[in-house]
Amino acid sequence: MATVAQPVTIGRRLRRWEGLPYALILPTVAYLGLFFAWPMVQAFGLAFRVNNDWTLAPFRTMVHDTNFRPALTFTLLLVVVIVPLQFVLALVMALIANSKLHGRGVFLAIFILPLAISDLAAGLVWQAILTERGYLNTFLTKVGILDHEYIWLDPTKPRNLVIAVVVAELWRSTAFVMVIFLAGLQGIPQEYTEAAEVFGAGFFQRVRQIILPMLKPSIQVALLFRIIFAFEAFAVIIAITGRAKTTLATEAWRWQAEYFDSHVAAAYSALILVLSLVAAGIVIFLFRTPKAQMMR
Amino acid sequence: MRRFAPLLAALACLAAAFAVASTVGETAAASPQDAGKVVFFSNQLATVNETNQVRSTLLKGFDGDVDFITPPVGQPQVFFNRVEAEAKAGRGTISLLGALHGDYLVIQKYLRDLTPVANQLKKAGIPKDLMTLGKLGTKRQLYIPWMQATYIMVANRKALPYLPKGANVNALTYAQLLRWAKNISEKTGQKRVAFPAGTNGLIPRFFEGYLVPSFSGGVVTTFRSNGAVNGWKYMRSIWRYIHPQSLSYNFMQDPLQSGEVWVAWDHVARLVNALKSKPNDYVAFPAPKGPKGRGYMPVLAGLAVPKTAPNASGGQALIRWMMGKATQARTLGSVGFFPVVGARYSKQLGQGLLKMNAAVTKAQRSKDALKSLLPIGLGAEGGNFNRVYTDTFVRIVVRGENIQKVLNDEATQLQAIMDKTGAPCWAPDPSSHGRPCKVK
Repeated sequence: MATVAQPVTIGRRLRRWEGLPYALILPTVAYLGLFFAWPMVQAFGLAFRVNNDWTLAPFRTMVHDTNFRPALTFTLLLVVVIVPLQFVLALVMALIANSKLHGRGVFLAIFILPLAISDLAAGLVWQAILTERGYLNTFLTKVGILDHEYIWLDPTKPRNLVIAVVVAELWRSTAFVMVIFLAGLQGIPQEYTEAAEVFGAGFFQRVRQIILPMLKPSIQVALLFRIIFAFEAFAVIIAITGRAKTTLATEAWRWQAEYFDSHVAAAYSALILVLSLVAAGIVIFLFRTPKAQMMR
Repeated sequence: MRRFAPLLAALACLAAAFAVASTVGETAAASPQDAGKVVFFSNQLATVNETNQVRSTLLKGFDGDVDFITPPVGQPQVFFNRVEAEAKAGRGTISLLGALHGDYLVIQKYLRDLTPVANQLKKAGIPKDLMTLGKLGTKRQLYIPWMQATYIMVANRKALPYLPKGANVNALTYAQLLRWAKNISEKTGQKRVAFPAGTNGLIPRFFEGYLVPSFSGGVVTTFRSNGAVNGWKYMRSIWRYIHPQSLSYNFMQDPLQSGEVWVAWDHVARLVNALKSKPNDYVAFPAPKGPKGRGYMPVLAGLAVPKTAPNASGGQALIRWMMGKATQARTLGSVGFFPVVGARYSKQLGQGLLKMNAAVTKAQRSKDALKSLLPIGLGAEGGNFNRVYTDTFVRIVVRGENIQKVLNDEATQLQAIMDKTGAPCWAPDPSSHGRPCKVK
């Protein structure tokens, strides 16, 4: 039976127009371009142009700054230490929240709580806990484990400071990775894990051979976000260590806000951008998922 | 029509709200003395606690509508940008400015002559040398001295038994301070002397106004002299007995109150809470004396009226209010800045503040006092100037680099700043007669 011919109205013509999707996102693209992309290009340009001359002077000042090497090494150290630890922790947390455990809703609520506060507030909380007359020492001395207060945040023992910062950052931002993993976990059809159980696969086998491979796209996304944020780590380090440890983002802020040198601050920001791009490229390459493996 | 009823109702409410808001905005001048609306823009008293105190305590009772605004903390350039912008536009919103002596040197040409106000304040007892400073080298009164501050030391009474023999806490030498820190560290096992070396701590001022001048007699010219080397050697040796968390202390009143620190150096406004809360637990005293004298850094804040002020008479009325004895006493009591008017301070201020005032007076009047002014003429490079001293401190004391090498390196940076700004030398350096200050 032949289909009834339908009148070609304007609405129908519009819906069939191939350019429609592009026209619909044009306002958003224009907004992002004007308020994000253009200022970003200008800021990047600040690092290379001083008084209308193209020059590498800001970069030279940055590299010779007495805080440059400590900032770079500490930032890289944080990225390399925090991100893998967070991944393991987040995976465990997501598995717990996704399981059939009694009270998993309570666990989820507790895990998500740190997401609600700013990173500076988190830093100040941990500083109040770890400072010499802080909560940790008060507890340990009252219980009798320590006979006098121990200085946890001692700059002459840099390892202590690194551990303190890592713990604070783990507490504060692991929930972010966990949420992404949780979403990924809930997208894995239960049939796979149930079938594996039937065939005798243990818990760790199931995790390693079913869940992790199917979680690959989520891991890629989470890793991407987490690494970019790790390069921008700033408030927690200042709150806990003060001047004792510095990061690239801290130096960028200091050069802009205290020394009023936008060019060197832009140079630091450009360095953070380049490092983030390189790391992002590596992540995207390592975790590429061929179309065939994607869950559809 | 019925479909649009909710929408029309919402619009009507909005219109009513606007009408009400606009009438509330108009302050009807009730009496002839009412000063009207005064926008008071100050880069002093700009932290959250201080602005609260200004609005709730200092401005209370003033006959007029004062809008006290401050530049965002950490962005001092905003102050200069705004004053300049209003001056260039020819019309302003600000009727009263509050800033430091050095800040007014930068915006000198935008300020109104306040000689009539100065004449009205003749009986207030403002010291003549402060009023002269307010003329900024001209014949016009460009700012009225408002309040002053400085940096002192505060000690918990628990630390006093560890003072070395023969030391008078009100006239310490740096050697005695080192001995004191060593005694506390060895006898209690804890390091209880500290400096505000945190990200927002004022330790650069310690080096610029206290350590380097006391050891070398100068700030810029003597930056890499033998005296300066000795000063930094001293800093390195005392650092062994300084509380390790000093690198994260910004306001010394907090660790003083928690008991982590027993002896501290800091700005008076950052020590005032400790002295106010438990005045009997602390003593306040001037900073120590070095080979070249007892260096100290006075900070003078002033009030000025811009030429583009929309309500100049209101601004001047507010100046007279802020200079009144009651407001000056309340200034000391609330934010810890000292009055400039002559007065005997009432016991109502509390023991803590009276102690602080005594320490400040002792510092200013001691025979070996060596006044080091805040840097003058550096403008936006003030931050870089502090950076030179902070980097010097970090490299020599925290990282242990060779002292003379660091001083030579940083001297190049310092000279670059002096050349870039053309700033002439200031006390205690000898005058450079208008030429950029040179590091010897």
